[in-house]
Amino acid sequence: MSVKTGQHRQERIDRGIRIRSDGIYALMSWRELSYLTVPRLALIVGMLVLPLVLPGMYWQRVVSIACIYALLAISFDFLAHFVGLVCLGGAFFVGTGGYLAAILNTSFGLPPLVTIPLASILGAALCTLLLLPCLPLRGVYFAIVSLMYPLFAMRVIEALNILGGTDGILGIDSFSSRWVEQYTVIGAVLLFLFGTRRLVNMDIGLVLRGVKDNDQAIRASGMNITRYKTLAVFIASAMGCMGGAILVHIYMWSGISQFALDFSILPIAATVIGGSGTLAGAVIGCLILVPISELLRDFGTLRIVFYAVILMGFIVFRSEGLLVYGQRKYHQFQRWTRL
Amino acid sequence: MEILIYGTINSAALALYALGFAMVYGVSRLPNFAHGALFVLSGFMTWYFLNSLELNYFISIILTLIATGVIGALIYQFILIRIRGMEISEIMATYAMGLAILEGLRWGGFKGMTYTLPAFISGSVDVFGVSVDYQRLLVVVIGGAVVGLLWLFTHYTRMGLALRGMAQDERAALMLGIDSDRMALVAMAFGSSLAALAAICLLPLGNIVVEAGYNVLILAIAVCIVGGLGSWMGAVLAAFLIGFAQILTVVYLGAHFQMVVALLAIIVTLIIRPSGLFGRQKELEERV
Repeated sequence: MSVKTGQHRQERIDRGIRIRSDGIYALMSWRELSYLTVPRLALIVGMLVLPLVLPGMYWQRVVSIACIYALLAISFDFLAHFVGLVCLGGAFFVGTGGYLAAILNTSFGLPPLVTIPLASILGAALCTLLLLPCLPLRGVYFAIVSLMYPLFAMRVIEALNILGGTDGILGIDSFSSRWVEQYTVIGAVLLFLFGTRRLVNMDIGLVLRGVKDNDQAIRASGMNITRYKTLAVFIASAMGCMGGAILVHIYMWSGISQFALDFSILPIAATVIGGSGTLAGAVIGCLILVPISELLRDFGTLRIVFYAVILMGFIVFRSEGLLVYGQRKYHQFQRWTRL
Repeated sequence: MEILIYGTINSAALALYALGFAMVYGVSRLPNFAHGALFVLSGFMTWYFLNSLELNYFISIILTLIATGVIGALIYQFILIRIRGMEISEIMATYAMGLAILEGLRWGGFKGMTYTLPAFISGSVDVFGVSVDYQRLLVVVIGGAVVGLLWLFTHYTRMGLALRGMAQDERAALMLGIDSDRMALVAMAFGSSLAALAAICLLPLGNIVVEAGYNVLILAIAVCIVGGLGSWMGAVLAAFLIGFAQILTVVYLGAHFQMVVALLAIIVTLIIRPSGLFGRQKELEERV
């Protein structure tokens, strides 16, 4: 557009359908209804169709892994942007869930579809219990201590040579078919994605955001901060543990590499790229980042360099992320006006 | 006796690892998670100067110290300056940078057991009946010298005093005309050079491997947190605490537990007293 700057300026206007707040809409027509539902349906249908359209086992496996990372990314996003606990130790949840599922499967002979929910709940309880002493910590202190938990677990397993030591636990059942595997993990992602979105818009979500923004005010209102943080950590670690349990059944193996930094860093990178504080952005970030990282597998560790650089670039130059940018473009229109 | 001597050496090594990290955090509240990466990078840089460009060992050391300092300054000037004050972004950006440097080196073929630096002086000497090689003694001497020089620098030079002023109260320092960004830049350059110095002193004791970067980072964080983030003398004392604790566990429990001690120290200190054993307590900033 050839507009002289100086005489014109660009203005952004909200589309008329939005009134007052994010959650309240006045729908007048099918067009407006579809305006709201199409983005959500696109994500749901897209994810459900994904296993059907992809060529070959390899890319279906990639989608499963991407979904596991997506579970971790939702858990990170939820804790960091709705409760104010920046947890750099997502790998701790994965490892706990993974080992629990492995033990339940090999020692008690439970089938995968029983071990996964069981490992999620037991693992979440265990993680919450272990993280309980650190919950009063704030900001950078909680970030560092949570970063150390998976490393610590890794070294302890190595040093004490428990749980199979460095070899890990072998001989775990796989899913009965790859369709069960695919739709379990995709179902879990969609369930948790829309579940947490619902949760943060309920009353308890308001309290959790209060804990993030001004915990003293929450305390002054007579509410127990630690109780709410515990609840939030339980929910988030349940997601992480479920990811770990599914991962163990996919690889039929559980080992100390499940405490590795990959599981802590990639979800964070995906959240930053997708858009912090949007939850859906975290999922989209994973669906972009994991396939790219698979494509770069031939280059060995260069792919880690690659996503580290992307992460750094987004943090420093584009900290809002893709989805927030997309939402702005979708909900507002721009036009030039004469000054 | 062995425990005492090797404990001291280990402590001096830990102090060397940690001083750079403590300096950057102390002055600019910037947790430099790329510290371990700078450590390994400077090790390979010295190796490159020494073997590929065939420079004198002494000249390569000086060049490495300067180059690492410049890299640190560039990192601050072009990347970190934009996100200062946003703690989580700082952690993630520096961590990503460290990851990029380390994995980039691994991709570039710097792996395996082939990269070693020669000792400054080879041979060993008996100290109270325990045989110690000269390089290890040098680590203790250099560690002591660096701590001493830093103390003199921060107490008797204009720039050192400015750095200390920034560390104590950034706003008051600004009012006295100290340029906060410039001082942070200086601190980052110094901190990186200290990482390089640690690498040059300690790497001749073993191979240069990429994995060392992660361990150095954990040890540096352990020392700084136990000593109190931002407290330099606390870091030195904590280095001795962890250094001896590590040697004792190696003697009585086994070498596997060496890193467990460091990690346990971080977790326990953060839970019980987040500001560290020697830091000033700032209750409201740390916990609810």
